Amino acid sequence: MQRYLLSRLLQSLLLMAGVLVIVFFLVRLTGDPASLLINRDYANPEQMAQMRAAFGLDKPTHLQFVDYVGRLLRGDLGYSLRFRGPALDVILSGLPITVLLSSLALLLAVAVAVPLGIVGGTSPNSLVDFVARIIGLLGQVTPSFWLALILIWVFAVNLRWLPSFGIDTPRSYVLPAVALSVGGMGQLARLTRSAVLEIRNEDYIRTARSKGLSPRAIAARHVFRNAALALVSVIGVQFTYALSGSVYIETIFAIPGMGWMLNEAIRNRDFVLVQALTIFIASFAIIMNLITDILYAAIDPRIRY
Amino acid sequence: MTGTTLPLEDEYAEPTVAGRLAYVGELLWRDKAAILGLVIILLLVIAAVFAPLLAPHDPLAQNLRNTKQPPAWQEGGTWDHVLGTDRLGRDSLSRIIYGARVSITVGFFGAALAATLGMVAGLVAGYLGGWVDNVIMGLVNLLLSIPYLVLVIVVAAILGRSLLNVVLLFGITASPLFARVTRGEVLRIRNSGYVESAQAVGAKTGRILFDHVMPNLIGPLVTLATFEMSAMIFYEAGLGFLGLSVPPHVPSWGNLLAIGRESLLAGMPWLSVYPGLAIAITALGMNLFGDWLRDVLDPRLRRIRR
Repeated sequence: MQRYLLSRLLQSLLLMAGVLVIVFFLVRLTGDPASLLINRDYANPEQMAQMRAAFGLDKPTHLQFVDYVGRLLRGDLGYSLRFRGPALDVILSGLPITVLLSSLALLLAVAVAVPLGIVGGTSPNSLVDFVARIIGLLGQVTPSFWLALILIWVFAVNLRWLPSFGIDTPRSYVLPAVALSVGGMGQLARLTRSAVLEIRNEDYIRTARSKGLSPRAIAARHVFRNAALALVSVIGVQFTYALSGSVYIETIFAIPGMGWMLNEAIRNRDFVLVQALTIFIASFAIIMNLITDILYAAIDPRIRY
Repeated sequence: MTGTTLPLEDEYAEPTVAGRLAYVGELLWRDKAAILGLVIILLLVIAAVFAPLLAPHDPLAQNLRNTKQPPAWQEGGTWDHVLGTDRLGRDSLSRIIYGARVSITVGFFGAALAATLGMVAGLVAGYLGGWVDNVIMGLVNLLLSIPYLVLVIVVAAILGRSLLNVVLLFGITASPLFARVTRGEVLRIRNSGYVESAQAVGAKTGRILFDHVMPNLIGPLVTLATFEMSAMIFYEAGLGFLGLSVPPHVPSWGNLLAIGRESLLAGMPWLSVYPGLAIAITALGMNLFGDWLRDVLDPRLRRIRR
């Protein structure tokens, strides 16, 4: 187990280092990062040169890379021009909002999808199963940003029940959380259903049945426990999914989280913040993956290292 | 696959092309959802190809005397503009029909590019093994570790708005998925009995790849490509919505939705509702058909997900 932990940890660190390299080269993809920071059409060559000097972009690429890594290791993600502050502080101010919104969306998705998937998987082709499958399909095909617009039209503009922007009251989170939850809800409903269906065909279920265990006991002791394992393995991925979906949802609802920031940074050519956010979110996802794997190894008695 | 197969009378005879097609047709007929999916996809392709014939109006033609008109069945709507007009008097239905062109182009060429790149990388990694394998799969895992939406948003922002850039963007960022599937299949096939026997009778690497490995790859890759096409159409719309896809004057579904919030507040919900519906129906069609393809071609792929 310890060896497994250590190797997974090393692997994650390696991935993070890789992300740093990729982001560095992505920003230089067009050849001249200064052209991302300033609109070439409006800037004269001297201004471009000033820009390059100010951001150290006039140095040779390998020295820029050394600078960049050195600053990152000191926790310096650069200065955000759009928000006029250190990028790390800006990101940390948005982090709790995005994490709260994503958690609400994920909770909602689990609360709806898992019971539906379990009932659907236990009694295939029943009415509930039909509903579960429809929700699974609709969740997969409905764009969250479109659903958000429809929700605003119905519940904010027409019925005036809920606010359409900001985070002034707890009620402000209702529409964004619902819109953000649909994608995950669809996937979780499908996954739970197929996991339950699959487990019901396993040999140990037949054994349990033949030794006279009641269907209820089989469901509680064998089916749900094993289905829960399958769910744990995707919760981390689902959370990351909600986290990135917040780019759309926070933009639509004007919620000052990380997703809204990413969009603002791109619109305002604040590539220091874009770079910082990409690194931050990717690292977040890698850590989530690591936690999921460790958790999975810890609770599944079949996995021993 | 050289030489011809004699028509044998027994049930183990090599099936003819017509026989295979009939069998697939029969399988398709049994799954009504898949037929619905196929019909949706075909309608979409027809809309994209024949857009100039089908669209009642020029999607870019403005008519300032006829702006903000609601759909035909609402008060103030006319059947001349079935889905209404926008604030410049452009016909919504025509713009949605033309939008299919962008979606189909991005989905088809994006998936084709991703599949080609991924297949080559996966074949090389799986067949050569060793450090080449480690480097390629390291890169694949690295790209897959960055949340996909964030990756495409950032790359799109860096590349700038053009159709070619969007196709390249999806073709490159989705290729790791294809590489991973290809490599997995190659490893599985390499260790199978028939490749070993082919090697034993002296078949060269190229021949083994083309005659034994490639035919086995078609199923999983076509299935993955169908789902990826649907995902790319989805993400293209999302990028358009954020103002990062094709240039703003091009009527794409994402670009149409980009003004969604403003149009809602200005009391023109039809401008948001129908482009989004077009995206959802397209994704529905591709998912229904993809589910069927997966079951028919390759049941093992069920666990692949982003």
